[in-house]
Amino acid sequence: MLIRLSMRNIRKSLRDYAVYFFTLIIGVSIFYIFNAIGDQTVYMEFSDSKRELVKLLTTTLSGISVFVTCVLGLLIVYANRFLIKRRKKEFAVYLTLGMGKKQISAIILVETLIVGVGSLIAGLALGIGLSQLMSALVANLFEADMTAYKFTVSPDAIIKTVICLAIMYLVVMLFNSIVISHVKLIDLIQADKKSEKIKLKNPILCVIIFIIACLILAVAYYQVGWNYNALTSSRVIACIIAGVIATILIFWSISGLLLRIFMSAKGVYFKNINSFTFRQISSKINTMVVSMSIICLMLFVIICTLSASFSVRNSLNANLTELCPADCQLTYTKYTDDLYSGTESGNIVKLYAKYGYDITEPFSEYVHFPVYSDNKFTFADFLGDELEEIRTQFPYLNYDSGLELVKLSDYNSLMTLYGKEQISMNDDEYILLCDYKSIKAIWEQAMPTEIKIFGHTLSSRYDECQDGFLELSSQHINTGIFIVPDNTVQENGIKRDYLVGNYPGASQAEKASAEKAMLKMQENLLDSFDKSGDEDTFMISTNTKIDIYESTISLGAIITFIGLYIGLVFLITCGAVLALKELSESVDSIGRYEILRKIGVEEKQISKSLLIQTGVFFLLPLLVASVHSIFGMKFAVHTLESIGTDKYFGSVILTGAIIILIYGGYFLVTYFSSKGIINKKR
Amino acid sequence: MELLKIQHIEKYYGSKSTLIKAIDDIFFSVNEGEFVAIMGASGSGKTTLLNCISTIDRVSAGHIYLENTDITTLKGKELGAFRREKLGFIFQDFNILDTLTAYENIALALSIQKIPPKTIDEKVKTVAQQLGISHVLEKYPYQMSGGEKQRVACARAIVTDPKLILADEPTGALDSKSSKMLLERFQYLNEMLKATILMVTHDSFTASYASKVIFIKDGKVFHEMNRGSDSRKIFFDKIIDVVTLLGGDINDAD
Repeated sequence: MLIRLSMRNIRKSLRDYAVYFFTLIIGVSIFYIFNAIGDQTVYMEFSDSKRELVKLLTTTLSGISVFVTCVLGLLIVYANRFLIKRRKKEFAVYLTLGMGKKQISAIILVETLIVGVGSLIAGLALGIGLSQLMSALVANLFEADMTAYKFTVSPDAIIKTVICLAIMYLVVMLFNSIVISHVKLIDLIQADKKSEKIKLKNPILCVIIFIIACLILAVAYYQVGWNYNALTSSRVIACIIAGVIATILIFWSISGLLLRIFMSAKGVYFKNINSFTFRQISSKINTMVVSMSIICLMLFVIICTLSASFSVRNSLNANLTELCPADCQLTYTKYTDDLYSGTESGNIVKLYAKYGYDITEPFSEYVHFPVYSDNKFTFADFLGDELEEIRTQFPYLNYDSGLELVKLSDYNSLMTLYGKEQISMNDDEYILLCDYKSIKAIWEQAMPTEIKIFGHTLSSRYDECQDGFLELSSQHINTGIFIVPDNTVQENGIKRDYLVGNYPGASQAEKASAEKAMLKMQENLLDSFDKSGDEDTFMISTNTKIDIYESTISLGAIITFIGLYIGLVFLITCGAVLALKELSESVDSIGRYEILRKIGVEEKQISKSLLIQTGVFFLLPLLVASVHSIFGMKFAVHTLESIGTDKYFGSVILTGAIIILIYGGYFLVTYFSSKGIINKKR
Repeated sequence: MELLKIQHIEKYYGSKSTLIKAIDDIFFSVNEGEFVAIMGASGSGKTTLLNCISTIDRVSAGHIYLENTDITTLKGKELGAFRREKLGFIFQDFNILDTLTAYENIALALSIQKIPPKTIDEKVKTVAQQLGISHVLEKYPYQMSGGEKQRVACARAIVTDPKLILADEPTGALDSKSSKMLLERFQYLNEMLKATILMVTHDSFTASYASKVIFIKDGKVFHEMNRGSDSRKIFFDKIIDVVTLLGGDINDAD
């Protein structure tokens, strides 16, 4: 009996359940897809280090899944509240017939269970299907081989999904029974008889508040978008708080403002049922200032996370070709009490030779050179008069160590190895290389006409820093190195020793085996050193193209996945909350549309009005979020500049496409469900 | 001159096994400038009749002519246009939009006819004057009394100069003072502005303001009565007599 009643109820209110279904199915499938990534990669060919990173990704995603479960759980509770509200009248009938509150709770329970199980099955089916596509994405992002790939189903992910959904439903059931046990019959019966009270805000106050909000935003935008050199973390937090407050104020004031503007344009306001449409929109915005603001901010986070994660990934990969022009780079730093303890110990080739190894052997070609420094030529010396000002802005930079110098001839031979252009300059000139943008700005701010190193006076060949680097890396992180004429440096000023080389062979496999040989030699050297009982303290750091590639690609993939996961979940949350709110508004407005029909308004006009209402309702938060994002992205581009975000245009387009697909899907479902609700004959 | 002609209309509800005849062969006509009341107990079919005339419901058989147009054959867009241009509605529960001010509610009836805003303003102010609601124009429904709301609904109904004003229990939700005020306005509209009004009611007092009363029982016309030169009081007594004859339950109805 109970089940039959429940089944019939679901069939009857299938339209109301549409959004609920839609959300649950998408939520379940997203949850499955991201938790199944681990199992999806079983049949893919990975290197060991990548395999480790895939494991890291899987653990990170499971961690995020806990957060996602909470978000989806709250969403389902919210959705359920809407469904209960929609059916107050029905529950009132049950109660007047003498049905107990427990039985009503049981009916709801059975209903939600049926819906839950139904959407779980549908969601899992969709998830399993889509996760095959996801595998292709995984393979692409990790640059793995997929030829051995088979259709995969992840039992782990299925179990996880079922458990999480079960927990969510437990919470929902608890919530429902609390709600039902607290209702009063009289409230249920009179549920649709409440008359709307229009609280009209003072239009002048609205205008003032709106202007204030815009000003606050302008200041915050300026701070994060242009004045970012002066940003401290506390200022960033202040900007975020200001942004949140301004967003709330904008949603508080915008309906009053727009209504006033439209009302003064009588030609528009008194055309067809525009007056009705505008009033509906304004009352909707007025009743959900806070939710609108939260949705807007979530959309802002989504846009920024998605675009930033996509573009970071793109840039990381693009950087590699430019920033890793050689196979391997060894750096040898020797620590002694006295920095100028002679050249002998600062030479990596000689170090290996001392223990009987030839480090140049694994390489087909190489450049071996030292980097110098004069501890009478420090960052503070370079900055000169600007020091105090810069020190207040950037208190954590190291101002007192000697700046790094490289001989012109060494630099040019390195460039030959890298396959880049050589440079030339006069004997009394220097060139400053730096590609870390914010540090570059500091160098250029000071840029003295002359510098003094080891007793030589040099002038800068260029007015600004030149792009360039010595070390292999995945990012633009060269914070500054001086190219100086060969005769200016003193051999006792060696600070570090570099060996940069290419392995023989053209194929990946040949290079990998050469690298293995090189690493083996390094191990052997350290063993011999330990056995010899020598008391030198030194450090050899190894930077290889293969390492950098793998970690970069995997880092990019991890960032993309996390961005996608959080972004998608936030997106369906936003869509669902808006949709449910709009639907419950439609339920409240059924009577109004009836009146419109009675006085002879055509169906076409009613549909148009509904379309405009729904459209504005969905577009407004997106619009405000987009404006926020323009400036948020500007800040993100600046913050992530060492990684490089040059390729962000494509990422923004991709983000837009994802948002349009899901958010737009919610918009359409909402519009058609609302239409169904207001068309229902009473 | 005949404005509304109702020819042998019937309306059935339900399936073959449980057929309910809500209207069973009704025919009458309303002349231009007449104020007609239709009386009957609840379940007599009077509201169904009004719904059929207003094209909210469809007849099962028969024809309804307004100015020689058969409105039972209208479809889709024509229906909307017909309701917009030819009819004015007044309902028991006012049916004014709670999100709009009185002014906007009245203006809505005009704006859906694509009348320019300047003309709208003039017309709304004139009709508000006639119905004595100028002071509530900027108020919202929740700030008004029942009588004021019903006069706003009335204003919305007549502001478009409809051929026929249909009123469904217009005094049903009003106290006696407000009822009297509204009915006097109806009389004014009828006599001074020559408006044709068709009003459904179960209340004899309300019906006594009309110039003609049609009594309905079990979906059929039971009796028709013209006021002629009688005063309202005498007409009221006559109505009471018929009501008593009809069966006592009419006064306790609803």
